Amino acid sequence: MTRIIDHPILGKLADREIITFQFDGNTYEAYENETIAAALLANGIRKLRVHEGSGTPRGIYCNIGHCMECRVTVNDQANVRACLTVVNKNMIVESGKQHPNIFKRMVEQR
Amino acid sequence: MSDVIVIGGGPAGLAGAIACASSGLNVTIVDEFIKPGGRLLGQLHQEPSGEWWNGIKESERLHQEARKLSVDIRCGVSVYNLEKENHLWNVYTNSGTLTAPFVLVATGAAEYPIPLPGWTLPGVMSIGAAQVMTNVHRVQVGKKGIIIGANILAFAILNELQLAGITVDRIVLPERNQISQKAGEPEEVMKSLLNAAHLAPSPLLRFGSRFMRRDWIRKIGLNFYPKNGVKVNGTPLQLRKAAIEIIGKDHVEGVRIADIDANGTIIAGSETIYEADFVCIAGGLYPLAELTAVAGCPFQYIPELGGHVPHHSETMETPLEGLFVAGNITGIESGKIAMAQGTTAGLSIAKHVGKGAGTIDEQLQQAVKNVRTVRQHAAIQFNPEINSGRSKMNQLWDDLYANNNREDSPKKIV
Ligand SMILES: Cc1cc2nc3c(=O)[nH]c(=O)nc-3n(C[C@H](O)[C@H](O)[C@H](O)COP(=O)(O)OP(=O)(O)OC[C@H]3O[C@@H](n4cnc5c(N)ncnc54)[C@H](O)[C@@H]3O)c2cc1C
Ligand code: FES
Repeated sequence: MTRIIDHPILGKLADREIITFQFDGNTYEAYENETIAAALLANGIRKLRVHEGSGTPRGIYCNIGHCMECRVTVNDQANVRACLTVVNKNMIVESGKQHPNIFKRMVEQR
Repeated sequence: MSDVIVIGGGPAGLAGAIACASSGLNVTIVDEFIKPGGRLLGQLHQEPSGEWWNGIKESERLHQEARKLSVDIRCGVSVYNLEKENHLWNVYTNSGTLTAPFVLVATGAAEYPIPLPGWTLPGVMSIGAAQVMTNVHRVQVGKKGIIIGANILAFAILNELQLAGITVDRIVLPERNQISQKAGEPEEVMKSLLNAAHLAPSPLLRFGSRFMRRDWIRKIGLNFYPKNGVKVNGTPLQLRKAAIEIIGKDHVEGVRIADIDANGTIIAGSETIYEADFVCIAGGLYPLAELTAVAGCPFQYIPELGGHVPHHSETMETPLEGLFVAGNITGIESGKIAMAQGTTAGLSIAKHVGKGAGTIDEQLQQAVKNVRTVRQHAAIQFNPEINSGRSKMNQLWDDLYANNNREDSPKKIV
């Protein structure tokens, strides 16, 4: 997605330091002091995780910390809100994955 | 130890901290967002005077003022519990527990969701999420989107998206059901839009508001409502269409939309899929008040204020000793009012501590009056019945807590 560089009322985006971080093993660029969610969207990435049970895709919903839809794993810490967390240099971000459902598998195998 | 902990660094919390610190108190603000300002940060609208209300600038101004007064502002800190122990409040956060005799809870508002099939797809977000991404983070939420839900916040943010070069294809209603309720009934939506007509986003609504106060005229108006909608700033507002389903595989690809009659009933066979790469759901706002609930504060349901609100006085105290509230936690209103309430709460706390000798009562009275004045001149009003909602709470406070010497009145909870 595109960054809003020039804005008719808010003015031009200030120059900021560019850093790199990783998401699911790929390296991306981000602006210093922006959230993980904003940095990923600026790189065209909307999907932050899949539902633990169903495996269906999820992204941000509220963007201000209320809904928990944006939870990702940051430097091995699970369930971190991407919309409230500032992306750091060399941060390792992993999307939320589907969990194995042994009961479902047992039913399927019968 | 601080004298006061302020939970939430939005306009209410910042103004409250400034008033406390100006009276000589030690203040700590905790806020879970990346910077202070709260929802004020995303706000950008033109006042009737033509001037722009620039939330980022306003937030920076408040932030600087608080810093000058040595307010300790901690961002990225989430509060998850609030408890009284030995006359002190314990504020439990994700980075340790803070303790103080006074707490101001200014956690603001949250958005009502309107679930519909497909709403969990990446690219579907609340209207406020789009505002924050656009004005605070300066990243486009998409190329072409559809807004579901027609209310005052949706129109304000429609304009903000357009300013940032993002196309909003149309605004439609949610399908009428038990969750969407009135937001899915064209007549009810029309009524609420007409109530806000002084800031109506379209000349037709402004014109219509004069004629359409009567129910029967409104009905005719809706029956003849143009099928393709009325343009608001170039985007069709389609009060006779409802979103049935959001379509897409890994992200939003479009919305299935049907025609509806004046009551919101779907007209069979009228469904069409419109392409979009993002969808905003505008369900309205409610006070975010959980922390006062876990602290043990009594609540009242007042729809004009946006939902369940903690009992509080006009000077922003709650029945719990040392616990104060300000801003949207007390009822949904615009940023300037939150700020005025914050100042009131700050002065109220100063008075309880015994600061501001001689002049504090007058300052506090002035601040309460100022809240009413700012309310009268508000450019954005979320609920036209706000005054009646405020009166209900004041009456309740008077009945329950103000007259403590009455035999039958419950004592203040200590
Ligand atoms: C998404 C959204 C968009 C809005 N847009 C507009 C608009 O365009 N125009 C307008 O006039 N009004 C708007 N409003 C209404 C807005 O609530 C008020 O204008 C004003 O910002 C309220 O001020 P406040 O200080 O009460 O709360 P807020 O400004 O919401 O500030 C509350 C602060 O508390 C913090 N917080 C909440 N819970 C916790 C916790 N548990 N731990 C730590 N910190 C916490 C939040 O991070 C936030 O910074 C919007 C509201 C929302 C929710
Ligand atoms: S998007 Fe709702 S918590 Fe992050």
